[in-house]
Amino acid sequence: MALPIPAAPVEEVDWDVPEQVGLWTDVWRRFRRNRLAVAGAVVVVILLADALLAGLLQQIGLIQDPIKQHVEITLAGPSAQHLLGTDYLGRDTLSRLMYGARISLTIGILVQAIYVVIGGTIGMIAGYAGGRVDNLLMRFTDIWYAFPDLLFVLVLVSVFGPSLLSIFAAIGIVNWVNLARLVRGQVLSIKEKEYVESARAVGSSHFKIVLRHLVPNALGPVIVTLTFGIPAAIFLEAALSYLGVGIQPPTPSWGVMIQDGYQAIYASPWQVTFPAFAIAITMLSFSFIGDGLRDALDPRMRQ
Amino acid sequence: MAGKILRIEDLKTQFFTSRGVVRAVDGVSLHVDEGETVAVVGESGCGKTMTALSILRLVPDPGRIVGGHIWFRDRDVTTMDAEQVREFRGNDVAMIFQDPMTSLNPVTKVGTQIEEAMTAHERFSPRDALERVIPLLQRVRIPAAERRRQDYPHQFSGGMRQRAMIAMGLANEPQLIIADEPTTALDVTVQAQIVTLLKQLNSELGTAIMLITHNMALVASICTRVIVMYAGRVVEEGPVRQIFKSPQHPYTWSLLRSVPRVDEVRRSRLVSITGMPPDLVRMPPGCKFHPRCAFRVDRCSDDEPALDEVGPNQVARCWVLMRNVPQEAARELEAVTISRDVVEELKATAPDLEDVADGS
Repeated sequence: MALPIPAAPVEEVDWDVPEQVGLWTDVWRRFRRNRLAVAGAVVVVILLADALLAGLLQQIGLIQDPIKQHVEITLAGPSAQHLLGTDYLGRDTLSRLMYGARISLTIGILVQAIYVVIGGTIGMIAGYAGGRVDNLLMRFTDIWYAFPDLLFVLVLVSVFGPSLLSIFAAIGIVNWVNLARLVRGQVLSIKEKEYVESARAVGSSHFKIVLRHLVPNALGPVIVTLTFGIPAAIFLEAALSYLGVGIQPPTPSWGVMIQDGYQAIYASPWQVTFPAFAIAITMLSFSFIGDGLRDALDPRMRQ
Repeated sequence: MAGKILRIEDLKTQFFTSRGVVRAVDGVSLHVDEGETVAVVGESGCGKTMTALSILRLVPDPGRIVGGHIWFRDRDVTTMDAEQVREFRGNDVAMIFQDPMTSLNPVTKVGTQIEEAMTAHERFSPRDALERVIPLLQRVRIPAAERRRQDYPHQFSGGMRQRAMIAMGLANEPQLIIADEPTTALDVTVQAQIVTLLKQLNSELGTAIMLITHNMALVASICTRVIVMYAGRVVEEGPVRQIFKSPQHPYTWSLLRSVPRVDEVRRSRLVSITGMPPDLVRMPPGCKFHPRCAFRVDRCSDDEPALDEVGPNQVARCWVLMRNVPQEAARELEAVTISRDVVEELKATAPDLEDVADGS
C-alpha cells in the first residue's frame, strides 16, 4: 500500500531571499504615495513644532506675548507690528493663534489616549471574553451612547469646573463608545482565527494572546479611527470654549479666540477668520492623514 | 512495548445545539504509546478532530466533554483547572492544525512566533528562546533559517509555513504531537516532505505522533498503528500492516477499497462507500454503520457490537467480520452495492438524460 515517498530536500540551500519588507515599512510606502495625506502630515508636523516651540519663539522675540494687552491698538487689521492684527484687548492674534495650537493639539491627541484606555479596554474584554461579560459591557456601552455628546460634556465640565484637565476628562469619558464598539468587532473576528487557536494549543496565556495576536491585528482600524477622532475632539474643545465653559481667559485657545472675535465680527472680521481657518486647516489635515492611513493599513492593499 | 503516555477512556464530547445533542465523540477509548506513531482515520465528521481537541480541552462552544477520562501519564486532563490546562498544552501535548496558511499570525515575524511558543511556559527565558529558534527551524528543515526567522508568514510558502507550525509544536519538546490533517492543504510533493519530516522527528526525538487523516497513503508510510473511527466511536484498531492486509470491520474494508493505488493494476472501478455518515443527533440503533454496510445481518440493526479481539493486537466492532465473508462473496457484494448504487442514480437522473438525448 505504501506510496513511494520522495526524500525531502534537506540540504541548506542559499535561497535568494527577496527584500525584507516589514509590515510598517510597507504601510509607510503606501502612505507616502497619497499626496494629500503627506501634505496633511506636513501641516500637522508644522503645527506640532509650533505648539512645542511657541514659548521659545516668544523668548527670541519672533512673536509677541499672547496675553499682553495693547489698549491703544485694539481690533487692528494686519500690520507690520501685528502680522494678523490684534483682538478687542489689543492682544497679538498671531501669537495667540500659535499658543492656541498647544491647547487644541494637546486636547486632540491626549483625548485619544483616554479613548484607548477606556474604549479599547472595554471593547477588548467584551470581545475576548464573550458571552455574559460581552453582553453586559455592550449594553452599558449602548446606554452611554444614548446620551447626547455635547450636552453630556457640558454637564461634566460644569460639574468638574472649567479647566484643561476637566475638558480632557469630559471629552474622553463621553466619547470612548465608538472605539469600544470598533475594538470589540475586531476582536470578535480575530479571536476565531486559526493562529489564535494554535496559540492556545501551545499554551499561551490569555494575556499573551491579547497582547501578541489581538492587539497588533486590530491596530490598523483603531489607528484610523483615532486619527479621525483628533479633529473631532479639537472641534469639541472649540465648541466648549466658544460656549464659555472651555478654556478660560486669558489662556489662548482657538475656541476662545473665535468667541472673542465673534463679538467684534462687524468691527474686525479678521479676528474670527484666523482661528476658524486654523481649526479648518487642522481638521482637514488630520482627516487627510486618516484617509491615507486607512488605505495604507488595509491588508487587502498589501503587496 | 513502551508505556502508554495517553489513555482515553470512554470519552464523550457533545454539542448542545438547537437541533439537539450532537454526539461528536461517543465513548471513545484509545491509547498512545510512548514514541509511537498512531493514525486516526475515518470520514469527515466521525469525531477524529473533536477527539483531538478534547485531549487539549479546546472543544469549541457549544461543545463540552460530558464523560470519560483522558489520562496523560497519571494526570486526568478532564479534571484539570484552567491554569493546569494551559501548562499542559504545548508542554506535554502540542497540536498542529490543518491549514498552515491561516495558522500563523500575519503581522508577526515567524521567528518571533516560535519564540512566543517557547516562552509561553516560562521554560525558556526570552534569551534562550532566541537562541533556540535557529536550531529549531533547521530541525524542521527550513533553509537559510538565520534569515528566514525574520520573515513574515506571507513570505513563506505553504510547506514552509507548515514546517514553521511543526517547529512551534516542537518548541517545548512535548511528548506527543497531534497532527490534524497536516498535509490536506498542501500539494502532493510538499505533503511527502512534511510526512518525511514528521517521521524523522519521531525517530530523532522520540516524540509520539498522533496523525489524524483520511489519507491512507500517509497512514501506511509513517504509522505503526491505526485507529479507525466511525460515528464518534472506534470501530477497528490494530497494527497498520495487519489492518491493511486483513481489515475486519466492513467500514475499514470499504475505506481501503476506496483508495486508488499506484502499485496495482485495477480492473474494477474505485468503490465509494454508499451513503453518508449518520446524523450525530439521531443515530441509527445497533451498529452505527449497518445502514451503509453491504455485509449486514439481522442482528446488526438491533445490537451494537463491542470492540472484540479479532487478531493479535487487533480489535473490531462488528458482528460479521470480514474474515467470515468469503473473498468471492465480498467481491460480489461489492459489485451488487455498486450496481444498486448506479441503478438508483440512473433512475433518479433518467428523465433528464432522456431530455438531453431528445434535445440533441
